[in-house]
Amino acid sequence: MKPSPLRIHRPKTIENTLELLAAHASDGKIIAGGQSLVPVLNMRLAAPENLIDITAVDGLDGLTVEGQEITVGALVSHRRLERDPDVASANPILGEALRHVAHPAIRNRGTTVGSIAHADPNGEMPMILALTGGCVKVRSLKGTRTLTADELNVGPLETSLEPEELITEAIFPALQPGQRAGFDELARRSGDYGLAGVGLIMSTDNTDAAASVDAADPPGSGAAGKIATITGLKAGFVSVTDTPDIIELDHIVSGTPVDRVDTIVDAVASAIKDFIDPDGDIHATADYRRHLTGVIAGRLLKRLSRQNSTRGASALSGGQRAATCKEKESR
Amino acid sequence: MTTRMFGQKIKRREDPRLVTGNGRYLDDLANGSVAAAFVRSPHAHADIVDIDVTGAIDVEGVIAVWTHEDLPGQAADRLPMLIPHPSIVAPHTGFALAPDHVNFVGEPIVMVIARDRYIAEDAAGRIEIDYEFLDPIVGVEQSREGQRVVHAGMDDNVAAHYVQEVGDVDAGLDRAPHTLDLDLEFERSACMPMEGKGVIAAWNREDESLQVHSSTQTSTGLRAALAARLEIPLTRVEVITPDVGGAFGVKINHPWPEELAVACAARALGTTVKWTEDRREHFISSAHERAQTQNVKVGFDDDGRILSLDVKFWHDNGAYIPYGVIVPLNTSTHVMGPYNIANYRVEYWSLYTNTVMVTPYRGAGRAHAVFMMERTVDAIADELGMDRTQVRLNNFVREFPHPMGVTMQDGAEGCLDSGDFVTSLDKLKALVGWDEFEACRDQARAEGRKVGLGIGCYVESTGAGPYEGGHIEVESSGRVNVWTGLTTHGQAHATVFAQIVADALGVPIDTVHVATGDTRKLPYSVGTWGSRGAVMAGNALHLTAQKVKAKALKIVGESLEADPEDLEIVDGIISVKGDPSAAMPLAAVSVLSNPLRYAFDESAKAATQFAKESTAEEPSVKPGEQPGLEEQEFFSPLRSTVANGMHAAIVETDPETADITIRRYCVVHDCGPMINPMVVEGQVHGGVAQGVGGALYERMAYDTDGQLLNASFMDFLMPFASEIPHVETDHLETPSPLNPLGIKGAGEAGTIPTATTIASAIEDAEGFPIRAMPLDPSTLWELRNKHEAGEVPGLKSRGLDSAVSAPPSIAGHQ
Repeated sequence: MKPSPLRIHRPKTIENTLELLAAHASDGKIIAGGQSLVPVLNMRLAAPENLIDITAVDGLDGLTVEGQEITVGALVSHRRLERDPDVASANPILGEALRHVAHPAIRNRGTTVGSIAHADPNGEMPMILALTGGCVKVRSLKGTRTLTADELNVGPLETSLEPEELITEAIFPALQPGQRAGFDELARRSGDYGLAGVGLIMSTDNTDAAASVDAADPPGSGAAGKIATITGLKAGFVSVTDTPDIIELDHIVSGTPVDRVDTIVDAVASAIKDFIDPDGDIHATADYRRHLTGVIAGRLLKRLSRQNSTRGASALSGGQRAATCKEKESR
Repeated sequence: MTTRMFGQKIKRREDPRLVTGNGRYLDDLANGSVAAAFVRSPHAHADIVDIDVTGAIDVEGVIAVWTHEDLPGQAADRLPMLIPHPSIVAPHTGFALAPDHVNFVGEPIVMVIARDRYIAEDAAGRIEIDYEFLDPIVGVEQSREGQRVVHAGMDDNVAAHYVQEVGDVDAGLDRAPHTLDLDLEFERSACMPMEGKGVIAAWNREDESLQVHSSTQTSTGLRAALAARLEIPLTRVEVITPDVGGAFGVKINHPWPEELAVACAARALGTTVKWTEDRREHFISSAHERAQTQNVKVGFDDDGRILSLDVKFWHDNGAYIPYGVIVPLNTSTHVMGPYNIANYRVEYWSLYTNTVMVTPYRGAGRAHAVFMMERTVDAIADELGMDRTQVRLNNFVREFPHPMGVTMQDGAEGCLDSGDFVTSLDKLKALVGWDEFEACRDQARAEGRKVGLGIGCYVESTGAGPYEGGHIEVESSGRVNVWTGLTTHGQAHATVFAQIVADALGVPIDTVHVATGDTRKLPYSVGTWGSRGAVMAGNALHLTAQKVKAKALKIVGESLEADPEDLEIVDGIISVKGDPSAAMPLAAVSVLSNPLRYAFDESAKAATQFAKESTAEEPSVKPGEQPGLEEQEFFSPLRSTVANGMHAAIVETDPETADITIRRYCVVHDCGPMINPMVVEGQVHGGVAQGVGGALYERMAYDTDGQLLNASFMDFLMPFASEIPHVETDHLETPSPLNPLGIKGAGEAGTIPTATTIASAIEDAEGFPIRAMPLDPSTLWELRNKHEAGEVPGLKSRGLDSAVSAPPSIAGHQ
């Protein structure tokens, strides 16, 4: 369990990083937190001759919540993102999912952007990027481009990144007024990859940005006592699809008051079970994973419907929807 | 009077050093020495056609590349068959390096020695081996069929076959009013210590001696084996065991192929060679445990009294059996547990497969036995509609000693020497709230939740012989040095042995310093395994300390002209009872005990030849005596002492996801008088943790090609602290008549009944029988589906109530 011989480069600037990437395109790998790559190297499942360590690069550790966007630099650890109060206000699903990413010690080292670049279908954050409609900014010596999650993810552990490209940041849109989001998964052990995981974003007509979040309120009631009506639902999955595919379920849920969610749970679970394509392995059969995904989705849907309004939109001013992730290539 | 140390909950004295990172484990030693790496078979069953090492030799920094033909003399022979037993019909062991045939994925073939481990692995990757593939035999079923064989020349795969019978089983079954027939399965797991194996061999060219450090459970055993295989005098070999990061059984086998190959290389190269096992190596080339297929036929009366028990099991021993048949033998002798069963027959077949070999893992076959018995007792209760504890009460042994009629692993007849099972069960029922559980179940059901209560009882033969020893020396400073030959790998030996010595010698515990596992000081020892450390070395040290004390009192008696019978030692001061003015510290006695010519310090002056009056009639050291306040003594028991315990668990199973959560876990334990109750509880907690692993998480997933699919901690689900329930304990202390301290072993206790206890609880929650462990949510969900489809019948006593009918609820799931 010792890696093959390799050379470690430790650039200080993005430009230098991009030069190194260009020079070692065929046999180089970027390393940041190393939580996925180091085991791969030690087991000699990969043997790159050059490792480009970006942990000393200036300008990659930014974490900002501005307008409708959470911008996560390539060096931001899972843990920092998980614990950031502004992120929690803007879109609580990030923190909720991050708490399922391995263990605190690993989250302290591992980076969210690294996880997205690794594109493991068992990983939570590639899916959260897709579910929230996020994107990544990518740089190389040739220029900069922006890729949506859909454009980035090609297959299991496979992205559309060119060998000489670096993801400099990931951008997660904030929740919009009226939206509620949640994530849950079942793992064998705390911190393991989920046997199945589900993220949901529910839209409702209760767009009152001042709505308070108070668990003591009766289930389903808005701040003003008005019952919200569901206007949309989308779902993303962990460990049961090859890539972070998102299903839109608006046609099943639209028009249902949140206190009548029981009437649509079965239809939602059923649509999800038809959509996903789980594999069986030594931990669970494909049938069980499919069943489990439906159960988790149903429970999550009920939980969101009981949740009082949105946590996300209240902390941000309304206004224009984030524009970054809609940009096309500017290479 | 000094506080008696025995029985005190004093904190582990070794912990400040270990938890502050100051432990010295094998890989911390001999930095800068050359390193070994091994090329291992990637195939489960193959002939080796050709080995091409050319590519490795060219790698800069490579020092040597060895195949089987480089092994000298007896080191090239098959590894020893350590524990012969009459049941073994076809003994097979492997080689240090496989010459022409491999029998499991992971078997070592080539050793590369290089400047460091990185280079050694680079070179190992360049070695090319051609194989002629053979079909592998994987699992009990395929091995039992015997259509193909693991070892050429055999007609089947049976390594060992054994039958023991007490009473007349057939007659007992014939006259029983009720009978049941159960098929059971138990999966593979493994010890998985935090630190894997490892060895450092240093050859001293000046005196042609070998010093070996090994992460082993038996330094004396390894020393003898290496001396024999390297064909060098025993006196030129020493084995030292440094801090060991856990063992749990896997480090008792010896010599491991790597220990022998590395020692040979150290001698050939005249240097120090180190090999530290990595985790993947540990998974595929150390040892596993547990896989058995079992059948139980039981006859019983209307009160659930067992009249006759007929047990057959098929034990997967992997590719080789260097450690003999200890695991299946222990299974066969522990089935009867705490029950009085007049007619008992056990028959086992120990079978070869093309997988990693099986040697003892904490519990060493006993968990399998308890699984058979306790699943059977629960089935009897269900058949008769009786409370499960009542069936147990009706079968308990109530008179001690209770001869079991079967021959144990130590060659002696098994005998329950002490215990009080009725009281233990009362304590357990009170602890878990057995009689109030139906109310809990009703309340949970009303909330749409499923809960179940389970129980498991066991006995464990502990403290097997042949012997252990102690060596105690009192320095002239008053420091008490204590050695025992057995090894330490997480046990609290430095604490509990010091407690025993402090009491027996009458000194403050702070002056007592314990060292273990070093053949330079005490070359006579067996090793640490089978819950024997405290029983064997504890009693040996108790006897040794008494001997030292007697010598000290004799010396003081002569000096003070008092009868030693009138003297006592309190806090390291010897005085005449009732006359504190006539006193002498033990440090001074140590000085007096060693007549000196040279005064190297002030205290030594008192022992020099002109310090006292000349007594021309007697020499300084009288005939039959030795200088120094230093003694050695050994303890050898008649037979193993049998500890016992009972576990109960409350589990919750999610009605939809089939996720299994242990809500409570209770243990009542009887290992006799406890030297240190805190240490006993720590042992029980750790044991339960490993038991939970075996019950719900761990299995070795071999595919049909004999590839281990989960050879990493990512996919082999050893539970984390987050998966282990709080363990509630209560104790009973019935002393054993078999040793001076009256103690029984505790090391393996927590692990033995855990799988069956959790199976019992899941069965109770689900309403259908659980006959195979481990159990994961996916498998439980499949079982539910089969139950609903009528393929798995429900428990009889539940009737219609047992179906999965609870409405799904979101309560309690957030």
